[in-house]
Amino acid sequence: MTDASVSRPPPLLDSRLEILKKRLFSNWFDGIVTLVAGSALVWIVVSIVDWAFLNAVWSEAEASRCREVSGACWSVIEARGRLVLFGLYPSEQHWRSTLACLVIVLTMILSCLPAMWGLKRLPALWIAGFGTFVILMYGGIFGLSVVTTEQWGGLSLTVFIFAGVFVLGMPMAVGLALARRSKLPVIHWLAAVFIDTVRSLPLLTILFAAAVVVPFVVPHWAQGDKLGRVIVAFAVFYAAYQAEIIRAGIQSIPSGQEEASQALGMSYRAVVFDIILPQAFRNTLPSTINQVVITFKETSIVTIIGFFDVTASASAAVGRGEWGAYYVEIYVFVALIYFVFVFGLSRYGAYLERRTRLHHG
Amino acid sequence: MQRIIRNRRARGYLIQAVVLAASLLLTLSFILTARDNLVSQGIATGFGFLERSTGWPINFSIVEVTDRSPYSRMLLAGFLNTIIVGLAGLAGATCVGLIVGLMRVSSNLILNVLGTVFVETFRNVPLILQVIFWYAIFTHLPSPRGAIDLAGFGFLSNRGLMIATPSWSSWDLLILVVVIIATIVAARRFGGDRLLTKWGIGVAAVVALATALLFFGHDPDTPLISRPELKGLRFVGGATIKPEFSALLIAIMVFGGAYIGEIVRGGFLSVDKGRLEAARALGLSTTQINRFIRVPLAIRAMLPALTNQYVWLMKATTLGIAIGYPDYFMVVSTSINQSGQTMELLLLLMVGFLIINYTISGSMNWINSRLAIKGRS
Repeated sequence: MTDASVSRPPPLLDSRLEILKKRLFSNWFDGIVTLVAGSALVWIVVSIVDWAFLNAVWSEAEASRCREVSGACWSVIEARGRLVLFGLYPSEQHWRSTLACLVIVLTMILSCLPAMWGLKRLPALWIAGFGTFVILMYGGIFGLSVVTTEQWGGLSLTVFIFAGVFVLGMPMAVGLALARRSKLPVIHWLAAVFIDTVRSLPLLTILFAAAVVVPFVVPHWAQGDKLGRVIVAFAVFYAAYQAEIIRAGIQSIPSGQEEASQALGMSYRAVVFDIILPQAFRNTLPSTINQVVITFKETSIVTIIGFFDVTASASAAVGRGEWGAYYVEIYVFVALIYFVFVFGLSRYGAYLERRTRLHHG
Repeated sequence: MQRIIRNRRARGYLIQAVVLAASLLLTLSFILTARDNLVSQGIATGFGFLERSTGWPINFSIVEVTDRSPYSRMLLAGFLNTIIVGLAGLAGATCVGLIVGLMRVSSNLILNVLGTVFVETFRNVPLILQVIFWYAIFTHLPSPRGAIDLAGFGFLSNRGLMIATPSWSSWDLLILVVVIIATIVAARRFGGDRLLTKWGIGVAAVVALATALLFFGHDPDTPLISRPELKGLRFVGGATIKPEFSALLIAIMVFGGAYIGEIVRGGFLSVDKGRLEAARALGLSTTQINRFIRVPLAIRAMLPALTNQYVWLMKATTLGIAIGYPDYFMVVSTSINQSGQTMELLLLLMVGFLIINYTISGSMNWINSRLAIKGRS
């Protein structure tokens, strides 16, 4: 035994191969698990690639081959994709629907940039984006023909409901959170009862009530159209959840800050908007993003109360006729659309979580 | 007037009075408009309609209902349907979530990858799309004639899953209750802290139950097990699990499993590394560390999030209406369409979900307080 072999310390970092060995074959049981799970993984990947790419038919022109091959028949996307994306929107106006979607997506991306985070900038951005969307979709000015909300559908309807819920729901949530923290007992209890009741009900029942029951209990002149009612009800639902998130954010701020600013003679409005809310929002960004993600997915529920969003139009696209057998392809296509939005948003949320953790140690 | 507005307390009272008056006025106007509408449609208010017969059937129920059944029974059937698919879904989602969560915290790279892919795939697609997708899969299965044979256990066709069931008589419930009580008493009396005795009692109870059911549980002239058989165009015998139920159940299991998997993972990651190192330093084996340190601490960390998830999943069963599963919400909304008793039925709907939610969160909080580490808040 030489001195060198005794005194040399083990390397601080394992080589890559050793890490791999440790994580795949650390003992015999681990090795068996790796082999079994690995072959399952390979089988899954191979069958998906086989189905989606190798044996697939890609163009509508070749649709007749769909019956012969074992893979996916993507021709159905070419044939029915427009129905899925645009619903019943007049086909010569599809560019407006596309542009409107892009505007909202751009607004979403812009509001993800830290430079845009401000209690004045962010609302301004969303009101501008939302306004442009409505003008593009509804028309009536700048020589655009009017397209009523009954004809809206597909992806742009999904995006519209989402944006509408966010734009209406966020101010409501701030109001509810402040009301629940109010020192006036009546305001506090009304807000608490309202929030807890809404949170204990399924979203579907609230939307159903808005679509079916509101015409019953609200005078005719105050009803608005069905889409508007549903978006307001959805916004109320979102606000009840978001209000609790904001309240948690407010509670995480040391009370000394509020007392100090009151001691300095700042008005209630200044304390709330300059001291409390900016910090509350920053502290709760991850859970806010999470709630936004859930809201985006839940827009699909409007399918049930008769709206033609992207989920409903997917069902309609395969509902009857020649393409009925290729339902998997359509549903996978729609699932991918949702996936892109939701996965992107949740990755962004994870990034924010890391970022805030770095800033606050 | 100016002085009142300046005065803090007076202003507080003023604001509260205005808000209270406004909300009361709003409620009053709702009630008045609703009454006007009811009168003009000739609908009598009150819960008298619950005794009227419905005139429409539902396609799935565990209590016997026909289109002659009164509204009260139909609502009960819907409520039970919600409970059944909800409980089965929660149990299934918890199993899936446990497996996926453990895969994600395991040291094995391939299990990590599989778990992550599962979670990211099923969590990022709306539940309703998944429900519709599974339903489409089930209804595109071959017809009963070409049904898929599941190696003697049953048949899978577009009418649902036909499974063999033991043909039990009315003695079953009695036997079941007796055996369960006997087991609990025996476990209390002899079990103590010894794990082996507890297992022994459990095995003995299962054996006793099986024997009792085998000899006394079924009518002498019926076969022991009722198997589904193809007669003409449909199956006779056994039990049928409808595709609506299966599709909703699988969707909730998979979607809920992805979320619960994350909760499980979070629970395990929250266990302080120092405690595990301390346990190792004390010479505990890996199994002992898992059993006495890691799992108990992880479960405590999971429970609050799990409660929220359970309540959420229970509410999500309402999506069954998209594929025609007659849960409580679907029965209520059909009743509203058919009878016009909007306000009463909406009240029943809210009460039903409040009961379900508070039962879940109440029992989870009870478990939580029982499990909480003693001597800590």
